[in-house]
Amino acid sequence: MAQEAQKERSMILQKEMIEGLFNDLGKAKETGKKVCYTFVPGNLSELIRTFDMLPVYPEINALQSAMRKKSASYIKEAERHAHSEDVCTYVKCDVGMMMKGNIGPTGEKIPEPDILLLSYTGCFTFLKWFETLKREYPNAKVIMVHTPYQENAKITPEMTQYMVKQFKEEVIPQMEAVTGIKYDEEKLKRILALSKEAEDWITKIFDTTKHKPSPIDAYFAGVYYIGPINIGFRGTQEAVDYYKELYKEIMERVRLGLGPITPEGEMKEEKYRLVVEGPPNWTSFREFWKIFYDMGAVIVASSYTKVGGVYDMGWRHDPSRPLESLSEYCMNCYTNLNIPQRIDLLSKCITDYKADGYVTNSIKSCNSFSAGQLGMMREIEDRLEVPVGFIESDLVDPRYFSYSNIKNRLESYFQMLEQRRIIHESETV
Amino acid sequence: MKTLEEILKFCEDVSFDLNFTHAKKWKEEKEGRVIVGYMPIYFPREIIHAAGGMAVGIFGGGDRKQIIKGDAYYQSYICHIPRSIMELVLDKHTAHFDGYIFPSICDVIRNLSGIFKQQNIGKFVKYMDFPQNFLPQIGGVFYQQEMEHVLKYIKEINGVEVTTERLNHSIELYNKNRKMIDFIYKIRQDFPWRLSIVDVYHIVRAGTVITVEEHNDILEQVCEHIKKDIGTPQDKVKVIISGAFCEQPSVGLIKAVEEAGCYVVDDDYMLGSRMILGDIDSKTNNPLEAISNSYIKQSQFSSSIYDVHDPKEFRLAKIVKDRGADGVIFASASFCDPSLLDAPIFQNAFNKLGIRYIAFQFSENINQYKVIKEQVGAFSDSIKLWEDEPVVAIS
Ligand code: SF4
Ligand code: SF4
Repeated sequence: MAQEAQKERSMILQKEMIEGLFNDLGKAKETGKKVCYTFVPGNLSELIRTFDMLPVYPEINALQSAMRKKSASYIKEAERHAHSEDVCTYVKCDVGMMMKGNIGPTGEKIPEPDILLLSYTGCFTFLKWFETLKREYPNAKVIMVHTPYQENAKITPEMTQYMVKQFKEEVIPQMEAVTGIKYDEEKLKRILALSKEAEDWITKIFDTTKHKPSPIDAYFAGVYYIGPINIGFRGTQEAVDYYKELYKEIMERVRLGLGPITPEGEMKEEKYRLVVEGPPNWTSFREFWKIFYDMGAVIVASSYTKVGGVYDMGWRHDPSRPLESLSEYCMNCYTNLNIPQRIDLLSKCITDYKADGYVTNSIKSCNSFSAGQLGMMREIEDRLEVPVGFIESDLVDPRYFSYSNIKNRLESYFQMLEQRRIIHESETV
Repeated sequence: MKTLEEILKFCEDVSFDLNFTHAKKWKEEKEGRVIVGYMPIYFPREIIHAAGGMAVGIFGGGDRKQIIKGDAYYQSYICHIPRSIMELVLDKHTAHFDGYIFPSICDVIRNLSGIFKQQNIGKFVKYMDFPQNFLPQIGGVFYQQEMEHVLKYIKEINGVEVTTERLNHSIELYNKNRKMIDFIYKIRQDFPWRLSIVDVYHIVRAGTVITVEEHNDILEQVCEHIKKDIGTPQDKVKVIISGAFCEQPSVGLIKAVEEAGCYVVDDDYMLGSRMILGDIDSKTNNPLEAISNSYIKQSQFSSSIYDVHDPKEFRLAKIVKDRGADGVIFASASFCDPSLLDAPIFQNAFNKLGIRYIAFQFSENINQYKVIKEQVGAFSDSIKLWEDEPVVAIS
């Protein structure tokens, strides 16, 4: 990558954090630290940290495997063991990786879980995934946290109470039993205060796309930015420092009037501003990004960067209500919002960030995102009269990434945007 | 008493009346009646009954409804049922329905509830979040609140305040209903030739679109008929169908399995009507709590209930043993996450337990099943060939 030689300081910080986590995981047996597997949406990083556990995120391992071109063989392995071709490929990639020795992205073996923390937010597959893992790791304790869905576009006091009761009567006692550590609410509060700080910074970072040109790409680069806050560092000083540093770097780009940094180099001309719905494809991530880069398209907001928490509407972890706050956090993740809420949120992004278009990347094996996307797209098109585009790919299964198909579709879409622009400009004249 | 043929004809007709005419007539007969459509799998119909309403099952359009508009809402790699439900609704087949319930079963049904909300379909749309916490004081309380939420919606429509007496009465009617369905399955376990699986399917499915009183009447008569030694035994193996709990296979496919040499002695086609095992307490001062406890403690296993405390593979193995079945046919709707994600769990366990199985996928609108029929035929033959081998090895 062109810019690899001149890495920004924030990138170095992030790399150090992640390497540190994997080192700690490698040494978990020696240090006696308990290992907690959990998911990104509704991740209870603060609670895991309160009990000094080390988190493992199977989804992250899956996407890392895809970026390292290993997912195809893992998926095949799982399919050899009765896993269907048509289900979430994250699950198959993870199961296949486990069957092949559970060697993680850094080349080290990932330790077995002591706890499978099923904070089951916004996706039923999570439930099936840990049912599957429980059979492979019979000694692991499964802790289920049922997150009620925001079916009526709100969080009611009953929903919060239900979650708080689960924390008090099930989650915390079971974590105490596995770790031998007593629950320390003051410690949790301190961690939550740092979470809030990191959330403030990340909100500011994603809000910088208001500038023209946008200094960042809120989808392709956004997935890196959300890393620390989603994979266990929320609630740490390291995360706060990372986001502060990142913000500083981005504001410097704003000051200089620069566009986003991409693997192909700096984006010179911002031609189109887009909002994207749906996760990215990981197996051909760079090629995928390049299609947008070549067209001069910058993503100014994306739903995917909100899977681990929606902060742009003002919600923050609140140390004064620790368990209530953890509950609200889980319920507030993107895929736990109902379809009208998702539409409102994306419409707001399109308006606030002055996007020229809205693109859906529909993931073949992810119903949590994909089911309903066509209806959402239609509503957004009607409501905002914004040109909508639609492409299909998959998360980590390379069989479902058709470069030429996606490129053709996007090219037609950008032609449409261009025509709209010409018409618009002539009308203005 | 009606003849069995007459009863079966009625059940078949109402089950597949995509205009839900029977329910419509019922509603028109009296002021204040409401119809609440519910999607698979399970919904506590007792509460709608107690509120002066009728809960009507919506199981998609099957192979009887051409999909045109529904396809615009769902990508090709999503199961078929949400598009056929959309088609039914957009074509006004359910125009007389007051509200819709979407039980928490998978992400597709969940997001479909959002599309209904977005489009303002019906007077209310309720995604019903069944608890995944099985402690009465936690998950149980939450579930009761969910039911109260539904009752509030109905009260806003018809003003009916549900009383303890009314609820207990409704619970009793549904207890009776389940007991008779159970009886039919028990008879079929030993004498599967007395009623075909398609007949059973029609009988049970009819119960999702007519009143429980009418259905109980039908079931009573069916039970009487099948106590008699009717039909002729055939040389078929006994199997259990598992995995088809939401999107339904076409009747032709249900029939094909038996035609290919397998008596289906248990299945999960109409799982919702049989979800609660045994009676719900109908004598308490808190019937909602009783319903909630029954779900928490007496549910059949299901792909949408987290099962770590009582693994599903052993529960299915027990059904195989209790029914004296020779094997299991896993039938999953194409792209059905809950069913397909469970498949390896079942199959890995059954390999160890020595339970024979085959698996296939279907789609509700497909009525060509030559390949499946051959597969089932071969399965049945292989079982007959090896019938001296122990089939189920569970302790
Ligand atoms: S279905 Fe989608 S949200 Fe669920 S685990 Fe898979 S990728 Fe994640
Ligand atoms: S068929 Fe399966 S995936 Fe489709 S709606 Fe039903 S349970 Fe969900």
